[in-house]
Amino acid sequence: MTAATTTFRWREPSILPGFGLALGITVTALSLIVLIPLAALFLKAASAGPADIWAVASSPRTLAALKLSFTAALFAALVNAVFGLILAWVLVRYDFPGRRLIDAAVDLPFALPTAVAGISLAAIYAPNGWVGSLLAPLAFKISIPFTDLSFGFDGKVAYTPLGVMVALIFIGLPFVVRTVQPVLEELQSDVEEAAALLGASRSRTIFRVVLPQVLPALMTGSILAFARAVGEYGSVIFIAGNVPMVSEIAPLLIVIRLEQFDYAGAAVVATMMLLISFTLILGGNLIQARARRRFGDV
Amino acid sequence: MTRPVFPRLLRAGLVLGAFTLCFGVVAGARAQTELLNVSYDPTRELYRDINAAFIAEWNAKNPDKKISTIRQSHGGSGAQARTVIDGLNADVVTLALAGDIDAVAERSKKLPLDWQKRLPHNSSPYTSTIVFLVRKGNPKAIKDWGDLVKPGVQIITPNPKTSGGARWNYLAAWAYAEKAFNKDEAKVRDYIGKLLANVPVLDTGARGATTTFTQRGIGDVFLSWENEAFLALKEFGADKFDIVVPSLSILAEPPVALVDANVDAKKTREQAQAYLEFLYTPKGQAIIARNFYRPRNPEAADAKDIANFPKVEMVTIDDAFGGWKKAQPTHFGDGGTFDQLYKPAR
Amino acid sequence: MSDTTLPSASASTKPRGTSRARGESPAVQIVLIAVSLAFLLLFLLLPLVTVFVEAAAKGWEAYRAAITEPDAQAAIRLTLLVAAIAVPFNVVVGIAAAWAIAKFEFRGKDLLISLIDLPFSVSPVISGLVFVLLFGAQGYFGPWLQANDLKIVFALPGLILATVFVTFPFVARELIPHMQSLGSSDEEAAMTLGASPWRVFFSVTLPNVKWSLFYGVLLCNARAMGEFGAVAVVSGKIRGLTNTMPLHIEILYNEYMGAAAFAVASLLAGLALVTLVLKTLLEWHYGDVIAASRHH
Repeated sequence: MTAATTTFRWREPSILPGFGLALGITVTALSLIVLIPLAALFLKAASAGPADIWAVASSPRTLAALKLSFTAALFAALVNAVFGLILAWVLVRYDFPGRRLIDAAVDLPFALPTAVAGISLAAIYAPNGWVGSLLAPLAFKISIPFTDLSFGFDGKVAYTPLGVMVALIFIGLPFVVRTVQPVLEELQSDVEEAAALLGASRSRTIFRVVLPQVLPALMTGSILAFARAVGEYGSVIFIAGNVPMVSEIAPLLIVIRLEQFDYAGAAVVATMMLLISFTLILGGNLIQARARRRFGDV
Repeated sequence: MTRPVFPRLLRAGLVLGAFTLCFGVVAGARAQTELLNVSYDPTRELYRDINAAFIAEWNAKNPDKKISTIRQSHGGSGAQARTVIDGLNADVVTLALAGDIDAVAERSKKLPLDWQKRLPHNSSPYTSTIVFLVRKGNPKAIKDWGDLVKPGVQIITPNPKTSGGARWNYLAAWAYAEKAFNKDEAKVRDYIGKLLANVPVLDTGARGATTTFTQRGIGDVFLSWENEAFLALKEFGADKFDIVVPSLSILAEPPVALVDANVDAKKTREQAQAYLEFLYTPKGQAIIARNFYRPRNPEAADAKDIANFPKVEMVTIDDAFGGWKKAQPTHFGDGGTFDQLYKPAR
Repeated sequence: MSDTTLPSASASTKPRGTSRARGESPAVQIVLIAVSLAFLLLFLLLPLVTVFVEAAAKGWEAYRAAITEPDAQAAIRLTLLVAAIAVPFNVVVGIAAAWAIAKFEFRGKDLLISLIDLPFSVSPVISGLVFVLLFGAQGYFGPWLQANDLKIVFALPGLILATVFVTFPFVARELIPHMQSLGSSDEEAAMTLGASPWRVFFSVTLPNVKWSLFYGVLLCNARAMGEFGAVAVVSGKIRGLTNTMPLHIEILYNEYMGAAAFAVASLLAGLALVTLVLKTLLEWHYGDVIAASRHH
């Protein structure tokens, strides 16, 4: 990045061709498929008028739902970042029976319609389900306050905010694994070997050599998992319990408003969600871009 | 070392895509007389039977105007109304409550505002009511609405904000409370508040709530459409659940209507009108009773089916609540009684 | 430091396992494998098993009947058709976007990347709704469409639009980080040696990013076929006409035909297994060619 010199340049010169064509296709498709439809959403939200917009946006129920959706999504993304990375590592580096089957299973959250996923998860984590019944005896023994959601564990997963998280972890996992996996596959062994030969311990090699290379992809994957989780509806409503102020997610509020034929109110909630997640995504991408420059790509 | 694999694949893909697109368009274009009935969730089984019977009867009488299929679309009542408003070409709508068809009439202007007067019995060829489904042997001894607010009783009902059926539940409870407390508004509100506090899960639709109660084992009592309760007994076994009939309930009148602008555009008015009228015929009424809906004309139905329906005192939405136009905003609108009274236990 | 990892000779066979310089101790390996397996078991495999167990609950005949029934067949055809149009579209756009973003430095790049991510953060409920707001009878273009007797929502075009919207970022987002980490020195070298632009693309860039492209297509396709929320809004849910597989599954489930619902769901879940076979085949069949192309 030596752009910040004397004259303003919109883009750095390159001997590679195709910039105009590639950017043209991208921007056209982006506008037609994404930006124009979303503009319609903003128009609709604006049609509500400032007073109504404020009433919807500032209601405690909207705020509680947004808080749940965003914290649950964030938590799920963190869990996925840790376990997704381990999983990708295990899938790429180790050989063990059933590896290929597991590799295939990672895509399941996409292949399974969200409603089916929600029904299956609810069946498993309900108090009478396979996992739910195992967890029930643990009630009151473990009482962990989770983040700022601050609820203890009362032995129930389904129909509580924990259930929301379970569904969101399920939904987001493939994003992390499938973004990290190709980078790990292509990771060159010579650097690692060099580090090892120079006497670096294995953990030092991992944290100083491998992780920095995987980090951009891991961030991308986690951001995507987060963004996807925030808006998720189909799988969550079956396991969330949907109790207002407790386990009611923001997308459900949109549906409730639509149910009252209040398109503008629905658009207001949707726009709020969109603006918050867009800010978070943009922030994440900026951090990532900076990290990439620091580690010296271009 | 060029590798022509990718461009070739790309070209093959494009050709395949174009081909399937044309095929799809051609397949979609074959025109026959088809009717589209846009309905709500729990009527699937009912209209499957009605459609078969009606097509057989109509095609026998009108060999020159045969109906090939009656297409069905099911979903939440409000969401279904919205798709018709947004342009789905329904010939007839058969929804959970008059308020939803009112919305279609007002917003799409595809049928007159007084649509409910066009067919007998408020355009509702069948009715239903709200009953309690409890676990076998009724371990919590739930007999009536008053028992629902006891501490430790868990109630399953869908969310009245997203489910038409749940609105009937809510209003039935309200009607009971008004009677029990002599219309003392403060006590009615207190009762409803306590009732809602006993609800651990609010599913978005009636079928989701049925699953939560029957499959997931959550809750002691499930507030349900009568037809759903019978269906649950049939599907999951009469040895698992009992139906409890409360002292007072509400007469749920799911209405049907012709969407004039659509049938005129599709030239299907004659068939669609006959389809709706078929619901009122003895044959239609018998099918209705067999599917656990209460027929308007019980004599037409099989006595065995009629014997299923318990006697229950019922209020109507018009008498007790002044109709949907009034009840909807008062109770289920933004900031309505449901929003005011739902205070979750933290 | 990372840019020095030229896609060079040593990548012909994927190293796995036990080379001491790069491997963890067996104990660590076992712990990591156990942790991943436990995590997968809880969050992925149990739902998968549920699907197949439920699908098989009523026996093979019922399973066959459920997936050969006309409405199910119509739903399968429709789902394949929608994916066959949406996925190639997104592949072309995704490659274009990745090329522009990874190979060039320009102002507003981070904004562009974030805009490409945008559809992910739009709730599926809304992804469908925006097209209804545009093309529905009460929408901004509704009257014009009706006057010209064109149908977009509650018909095939609406299904395709919603699917393309939902899957828009997949291919691009897989390719971008990978292409960025590779840098552009290979392409620059090839250009300097006089190769034509398309040749550079097809014989240098594409082989380098084959895995991320493959994963991108895989995810895009899986999501395109499995999308429920957005499609539910624009479909109208007409049986045998505008019902895709996920919608058909929901309908069956709601009709208390759980076994049939999960039978159709198992087809979608089986997709993941099919793609795995494809991936293995590709690896096996083109492994040498791809490795060789790296040397040139």
